[in-house]
Amino acid sequence: MKAQGKAIKYGDHIDTDVIIPARYLATQSPEELAAHCMEDLDRHFTARVKTGDIIVAGVNFGCGSSREHAPIAIRASGISCVIAKSFARIFYRNAINIGLAILESEQAAEDIAEGDELCIDFDTGVITNLTKNAHYAAQPFPGFIADMIAKGGLMASIAGGAG
Amino acid sequence: MAMTMTQKILAAHAGLPEVRAGQLIKARLDLVLGNDITAPVAIDAFETAGFDRVTDGARIALVMDHFVPNKDIKAAEGCKKCRGFARRFGLTHFYDVGEMGVEHALIPEKGLIAPGEAAIGADSHSCTYGALGAFSTGVGSTDMAAAMATGETWFKVPAAIRVNLTGKKGRWVSGKDVILHLIGLIGVDGALYQSLEFSGWGLSDLTMSDRLTIANMAIEAGAKNGIFAVDDITRDYMRDHRDREWTAYAADPDAEYARVIDLDLSEIPCTVSWPHLPENARPAVEGAEIAIDQVVIGSCTNGNIADMAAAAEILEGRKIKKGLRGIVIPATPKIYMECIARGYTKIFMEAGCIVSTPTCGPCLGGYMGILAAGERAVSTTNRNFVGRMGHAESEVYLASPAVAAASAITGHISHPREIMEEGAGL
Repeated sequence: MKAQGKAIKYGDHIDTDVIIPARYLATQSPEELAAHCMEDLDRHFTARVKTGDIIVAGVNFGCGSSREHAPIAIRASGISCVIAKSFARIFYRNAINIGLAILESEQAAEDIAEGDELCIDFDTGVITNLTKNAHYAAQPFPGFIADMIAKGGLMASIAGGAG
Repeated sequence: MAMTMTQKILAAHAGLPEVRAGQLIKARLDLVLGNDITAPVAIDAFETAGFDRVTDGARIALVMDHFVPNKDIKAAEGCKKCRGFARRFGLTHFYDVGEMGVEHALIPEKGLIAPGEAAIGADSHSCTYGALGAFSTGVGSTDMAAAMATGETWFKVPAAIRVNLTGKKGRWVSGKDVILHLIGLIGVDGALYQSLEFSGWGLSDLTMSDRLTIANMAIEAGAKNGIFAVDDITRDYMRDHRDREWTAYAADPDAEYARVIDLDLSEIPCTVSWPHLPENARPAVEGAEIAIDQVVIGSCTNGNIADMAAAAEILEGRKIKKGLRGIVIPATPKIYMECIARGYTKIFMEAGCIVSTPTCGPCLGGYMGILAAGERAVSTTNRNFVGRMGHAESEVYLASPAVAAASAITGHISHPREIMEEGAGL
C-alpha cells in the first residue's frame, strides 16, 4: 500500500478540539465532520486539502478528548496519512481502529516542509520526500497491530475470531 | 518480577502471573462506559460488524451527559439511539435525564467501579476511577464497541511514573492545584503512554474528592491512567458506595519506575493554567491583570459536593462581579439535591450565579455557557485548548473551585485569600 500527496504542516500538541470542535460532535456523518476539520486552527484547511495529502506534525498529535470523530474527520477530508513525532495514545488507537494511516517519525516531521510532495510505502515504512529527494524511516507497527490492520481493523478482527 | 500497581491489576485481568511494560495483552473488563457523544458511534460500529448480543449487560454503562437535556435535534437523535440500544440489550446501567450525572462523578457515586477492577470508557477522562485504585483508561468508540461484544480489550502494558507525595496542602489548595502544578512540571505529554502512580505519606492529606480530580486529569499529562494506592480513605469511600467485594492491589516495593517525582504538597500554590494548554500552570496570584467574563464551576473534574462546598464557602454572603456570568453545575442529581439541602444553591443564586442541571455542556463548548470571540473564562474544567469553550479567539483559564469562586467575585483571576483573609492584599 502506498500514499502520495503534499505535506500540510502543523506544530506540537494538535488536540482533538481543534481537529473537530465539540460543537459539531452531535453528528456522526464523516462528510459533515470533514467540512469542519481543523477549522479553529486553520480556516483554510478544508479549501486547500486535496485527496492524498499528508498531515505532518510535531509531538503528541491528537491529544485531549477520545472523540473518534477526530480521525474520522481527518480521513474523510482526504488525508491519506498523518506523520508525527509522537501521538497521544487514544488517538493512536482510534486511528488504527478506523483505518486512518499514521506513522511516527521524528526525522520526517523535522525535515518535511509545508507543501513538500511525499510518497509513503506502508509495507516498508519508508517516507520519500520527492521535493527534497530525501528518505525517512518510520517506526513500524508492532506485529499485533499490523495483523489487526491486515484483517480489516478491530471490529473485523474480533468478528473473525468470535466463532 | 516486581510490578507496579497498574501492572498487577492488568496481569490479574489478563489471567497471567506477571506482565512487563511494553507487553501486549488481552484483559477482561469489569466495566465498559460510553456517553451520548461516543456511544452512538460505538453502536454504529457494533451493528455494522453484525453483533447481535453484548457479553454482559450489567458491565456496560451508558450515561447521557454531554449534550443533555438534548441541546438540539442531532443530540436528541444520538440519545434516542443509545436509549434503543440499552433497551434492546437490557443494559442495567443506562442513565438518562433525571438519573444521569456527569459520567465520571456518577460512576463512582453509584459504586459501579471498585479498587482492583479494570475499566475502559469511550471518554478520555475515564482515567478518573484510578482515584479508587482501579485501572481505568479512555478509549475511542470502536474500542468500546469491541469491548461490548467481547467483554475484553487489548492493552500495551504501560511503564509508570511514581509520584511520591509528601507534606500537607496549604489552606486554599486542593487536588486541582496539585494536578495543574504536576502537569506544569512534566508537560502535556510528560506521561505519554505511561501510568501516573500516586503514593507516599502525603496521600493521607488528599480526600477522595481531591484524588478524583487528580486522577481525572492524568490524561492531560498524556498518561494512560492515573492510579492511587489504596488506603483508609479509599476503604471509607468504598464502604459508603459499594456492597460487593473488591480486591486491593499494591505495587511491589521493588517495582521499577520510568521516573520518580517527589511532590511536597506544602509547596504547591493555588495554581491556574493559562491558555491554551493545561501545562501553562502559574500561581494564581499572577493573574490579577486577567479580567474575566465568565466563571464555570462544575464538570467531571470539579463537580463533586466537596467542590460545591469550596465554592459556597467563598461565595456565601457575597456577590459576583456585576456583568460576569457565574455558572455552577453540580455533577449528579445526588450532589444537586445535597447542594439544596446544605443551602449552597441559595448561596450561589444570591451571589448572582445560576445553577444548571448536570451536564458536560460548557466544558467542551457544547452549550450552556459558550464564549464569544475575545471572552475569557475561569473554569474548574480540565482543558483550555483553542476553542474549547466556544469561539477560537476565546480563552479558558483552568482553576480550582475556590479560585474560580474568588475570581467570580473580583472579576479577575484571584487567590481565595484576596476575598477570605482580611488585609491579605494582592
